[in-house]
Amino acid sequence: MFLKKVMVAGAFIMLGNTAMAGCGISSGNVNVLANDFPAIQAVTDAVKACAGNGVTVETNLTKDHKDIMVAALTANPAKYTSVITSNSTLVTLMNDGLVRSLDDLVAKHGAALNPSQMVTVDGKIMAVAFSANAQHLFSRTDVLKKAGISSIPATYEDVLAAAKAIKSAGLMDYPVALNTAPGWNLGEEFVNMYMGTGADFFKPGTAEVAINNAHGVATLNMLKSLVAYSNPDYLTYDSNATQAEWEAGNLALATLWGTRGAPILDDEGSSEAVTSSTVLSSAPTWGNNARPASTLWWDGISISANISDEDAEATFVAMMNGISSDVIKANQEKAVWLGKGYTPTSASAGVSATAAGGAAPYPMLPFMGTLHMAVGNEMSDFLQGSESAEQALTDIEAAYTASATEKGFLK
Amino acid sequence: MKNRTFFWFILPSLVTMVLFIALPIGSVVIQSLHIEHSAVLKEVKSCGPFGCKNQVQIDVEATAALKEEKPLGQFTGFGTYKNRNHLALNELTKAWGTSSTWEHYFSKVYNLPFYRALAFTLTYTFVVTPLVLLLGFCIALGVNSLPKWIKGPTIFVSLLPMIVTPLIGSLILFWMIDAKGIFGASLQWIFEDPNLSLKASSTLTWIMLIVYGVWHSAPFAFIVFYAGLQTVPTETIEAAMIDGASRWERTRYVILPHLVPLIVFISLIQLMDNFRVFEPIVGFSAQASATSLSWIIYNDLTGSEGSFFGSAGATSVLTILGVAVLLIPVLIRTWRDFSRKVV
Repeated sequence: MFLKKVMVAGAFIMLGNTAMAGCGISSGNVNVLANDFPAIQAVTDAVKACAGNGVTVETNLTKDHKDIMVAALTANPAKYTSVITSNSTLVTLMNDGLVRSLDDLVAKHGAALNPSQMVTVDGKIMAVAFSANAQHLFSRTDVLKKAGISSIPATYEDVLAAAKAIKSAGLMDYPVALNTAPGWNLGEEFVNMYMGTGADFFKPGTAEVAINNAHGVATLNMLKSLVAYSNPDYLTYDSNATQAEWEAGNLALATLWGTRGAPILDDEGSSEAVTSSTVLSSAPTWGNNARPASTLWWDGISISANISDEDAEATFVAMMNGISSDVIKANQEKAVWLGKGYTPTSASAGVSATAAGGAAPYPMLPFMGTLHMAVGNEMSDFLQGSESAEQALTDIEAAYTASATEKGFLK
Repeated sequence: MKNRTFFWFILPSLVTMVLFIALPIGSVVIQSLHIEHSAVLKEVKSCGPFGCKNQVQIDVEATAALKEEKPLGQFTGFGTYKNRNHLALNELTKAWGTSSTWEHYFSKVYNLPFYRALAFTLTYTFVVTPLVLLLGFCIALGVNSLPKWIKGPTIFVSLLPMIVTPLIGSLILFWMIDAKGIFGASLQWIFEDPNLSLKASSTLTWIMLIVYGVWHSAPFAFIVFYAGLQTVPTETIEAAMIDGASRWERTRYVILPHLVPLIVFISLIQLMDNFRVFEPIVGFSAQASATSLSWIIYNDLTGSEGSFFGSAGATSVLTILGVAVLLIPVLIRTWRDFSRKVV
């Protein structure tokens, strides 16, 4: 039986290599919904190569994928056969039972995958991860050197000291940036920083929030100290804004997404002086804790529940083509790939170092997203100085409790 | 008109109104009275590229059975309306009990998301509406007294702010008021303050949104008033001139009374529109300083981690009630005018 599976899988790999168009599928529909960044574009371009011979391939890459995925997959048949998910979006889809288990498909077509790529919940494979991502530190060594700092900051206390040195040397007024736009981005900064304390977000085994404590206060205070060195407009900063500021040479220290590494380091949109002195390093630790203050994310493939088995199989095979080692080899710098054929590059140094430093993955809890939004919406008053850290935490707790009750997580 | 004829005459619009107005509102009301089923949770082992952990997950099958039984969710009555994210009745009572001064009390109320949004929504509505009326009227008077050959181009240019899509218009202004944009940089130069940022201060953000609102809506008032000005009877104006009325007196005692129905009309539309203020908040990324009721609904519906239909429904119903309260004075006036004409 096992031998047979291996032979079938082997046969598909052979087919995939010899017949370029077709990828070994003869019929079925493939329709992929995903976020929009270079690594995913590389994957979906390879998936599109499977079109033809009775196979249709469509893709929809949009940063608003999270907003439409639940409605699109609830329909029967689902509008998309596959969504490229991450830690948090997979949970949202699983909460409503919208993605199918991949055990059979992986057994049949997944021989080329690393075992670590499997995302299993309760023993069932629910997604196949293909790349890793995390927010980590970006530093400008030339500016640091001018301010008399020779090493890359390893802790947020060092970041603050370096920012102070840069400011007092008159090099930059606002050397620091984080993705601090209220909502999801600001929520993520809190989650990352709180992760660095090693404390839990919820009372174990329950949906009751547990951030209203000394760790929460310290987290808020650390974020406030950092934004004191940010441009006064920081409450409008999302990933695109911080990347643009970095490329314009206005920043010296920033916590940005790993996937922004490649676009920042390439020769477009920035000057030689900025790109040549930009160094990507691990997310800093803080408060004498060992764990980097960041969350590890993966991007992975999921297959919709409400589609025919034929389409599911066609989609899975096409997606395997999208994350094959050939694709990885041709796009080394675009992501930290988890599949075979990847050799780390300078653009991935930050994510690798953050993972190696022991950062924790973003919690795959059904109510994490609700807390994330409550934090992101209730925190800006504190950062602007109009309320105390304790009040902000009480507000977050109250907002979360009301929302989680509505979602049925709390009674 | 006979009752029977009237019925057939009105039927198509009645059906459309029931289908597209009454039924959706009814469904929103029903939705707002429900919350999702209690999630059946179970602890399972989940593994990924970064290791394994025992974590709580939703028991999809058990939850699906609950949903199958009652697709609307659990009935909670006005629970969602009363909770902290909406009317926050408990929090209000508590704040009342623990506050020594009015100022203290209001700062506590302002800390609640619904009242914060309401504060901005009402301020916006009551500042923008009169300013739009005033500015629109002034532009209309100005354009009306221009020589004929220049009127067409002037009207076209004056209408531009209304033609631009609100979201695009606010995004364009957003970049202009950036510290490096033309307005932002000019303001820094005028006030000799290199740290002045319109986006960073709550007060300045409110002013900016209000200025944007006036800029965007004034052309609407202008074009309506301009049309109205064409109907002012020249005989009356001439008579007033012969009586020695100055330009100001003619405007005050002849033109304005003639335009009262239009003022009522524009106020009605503007009160409704401004109470629903939404696009500029998104365009200006202003949610840290200013939120509106519509923005809360949007935020509930597009929350990337699943939507809060009950919350969105409750806020929608409260918005409808708010619009109704705002419009009552104007509607009473219209009704009086109407009854007077009939009698």
